Amino acid sequence: MMFETLLQNRTVQVLIESFPRILLPGLAVTIPLTVLSFAFALVIAAAVALVQFAQVPVLRQLARVYIWVVRGTPLLVQLFIIFYGLPSMGIVLDAFPTAVIAFSINEGAYCAETIRAALESVPSGQLEAGYCVGMSWWQVMRRIILPQALRTAFPPLSNSLIGMVKDTSLAANITVAEMFMATQRVASYTYQFLPVYCELAVIYLMFCTVLTWVQKQGEKYLNAHGFN
Amino acid sequence: MPMLEVHDIHKSFGDLQVLKGVDLSVEKGEVVAILGPSGSGKTTLLRCINFLEKADSGRLTFDGEPFDLARVSHADIARIRRKTGFVFQSYNLFRNKTVLQNVTEGLIVARKMPKAQAEEIAVQMLEKVGMADRCSHYPHQLSGGQQQRVAIARALATSPEIIYFDEPTSALDPELTGEVLDVMRQLAAEGMTMLVVTHEMGFARDVSTQVVFMEDGQVVETAPSAAFFANPRQERTRAFLSRIANR
Repeated sequence: MMFETLLQNRTVQVLIESFPRILLPGLAVTIPLTVLSFAFALVIAAAVALVQFAQVPVLRQLARVYIWVVRGTPLLVQLFIIFYGLPSMGIVLDAFPTAVIAFSINEGAYCAETIRAALESVPSGQLEAGYCVGMSWWQVMRRIILPQALRTAFPPLSNSLIGMVKDTSLAANITVAEMFMATQRVASYTYQFLPVYCELAVIYLMFCTVLTWVQKQGEKYLNAHGFN
Repeated sequence: MPMLEVHDIHKSFGDLQVLKGVDLSVEKGEVVAILGPSGSGKTTLLRCINFLEKADSGRLTFDGEPFDLARVSHADIARIRRKTGFVFQSYNLFRNKTVLQNVTEGLIVARKMPKAQAEEIAVQMLEKVGMADRCSHYPHQLSGGQQQRVAIARALATSPEIIYFDEPTSALDPELTGEVLDVMRQLAAEGMTMLVVTHEMGFARDVSTQVVFMEDGQVVETAPSAAFFANPRQERTRAFLSRIANR
């Protein structure tokens, strides 16, 4: 039987055996790492974008410095500074929290610019109209400006999230046992580099396909609820 | 005693002096039209009066209560704005809200009115401007004239003592200006106090009680509207009116 022959093929056997070994760290580490980091990144980004949008003195300048430094240095270097560098100052963190911190800070800077651009794309007349019906700055922000900005920011923020899923593979460099590290292990004892790394690529693609679908549903929802 | 009085407003944008000491007063129930060529400062004046621009100096008396325009507090601004309505040239309807929500927003959020009561008022106001059948539409689904009528309903909903109109028909196709002007005419007939920056000479002549003619950041002439059009006193006013008439 052709099917049985296929199953006896060594490459196919490796692929089947390694699939759970790669997928499980993906579910147990890559996804939580992405979700946690992105959630914190959004909080940082919203705050950093808002202090700029509201032109809060001092904080606004600090926001610019933060974005300048973070965007101007490699993510891998930031990971290494926190994980390998900070212990010399007595700050010792586990690998996973280190990764969450580094990814949050890094992605926060990029998302802050996305959110700032989205806020600035809302016409100033929307704010003025809110004032003229008696609303306060914060009321207009919450009810009118932020929802409109959310619609604009949604596709680029989805981009960032999808990008982050793949960037988490860098965490392997600081001993986080995520999907990429798991694959490296499989590859190093099977010597099946091409099929195994392709398998990893397909699993990342699966994750991102789900997120692409979620993005599409999200946009549909927003469009149906007046966020357009 | 006038409901609204402004005295000696100055406003510059950088080196450009836009308002050079403007006085204005509006009595309750009056419809005051502000006319003048483009760049004369009409819109800036209106925006300063509702604090959308911060005047460099000047005094404002609202309902007998005096304010220094350069130093008025946020709390006072909020308090005065609750007694006024503003209709923009570009409508500025909330783009993420339905027609009904556009009108209820100021009542529910700013005035903490229960939703049911706010919606009842909103429907009444939308009926007044002939838009009650579009309650669940979003602004982008409406024509310019329809959007502006909803904007008027939004301004009316908070029962303002005065409504400011900033060139309410200037962004509209000519065939749509009529529906907006009709609504404004009806409001005037009901005794609403209105301060209207406009290029609509017909509206100024037929509906307004007073006309203020501005040029180059100053008031050139203020007169009851019949007298203003029949018998302009100032040379510059006559020149403006003849330019309009010859168009």
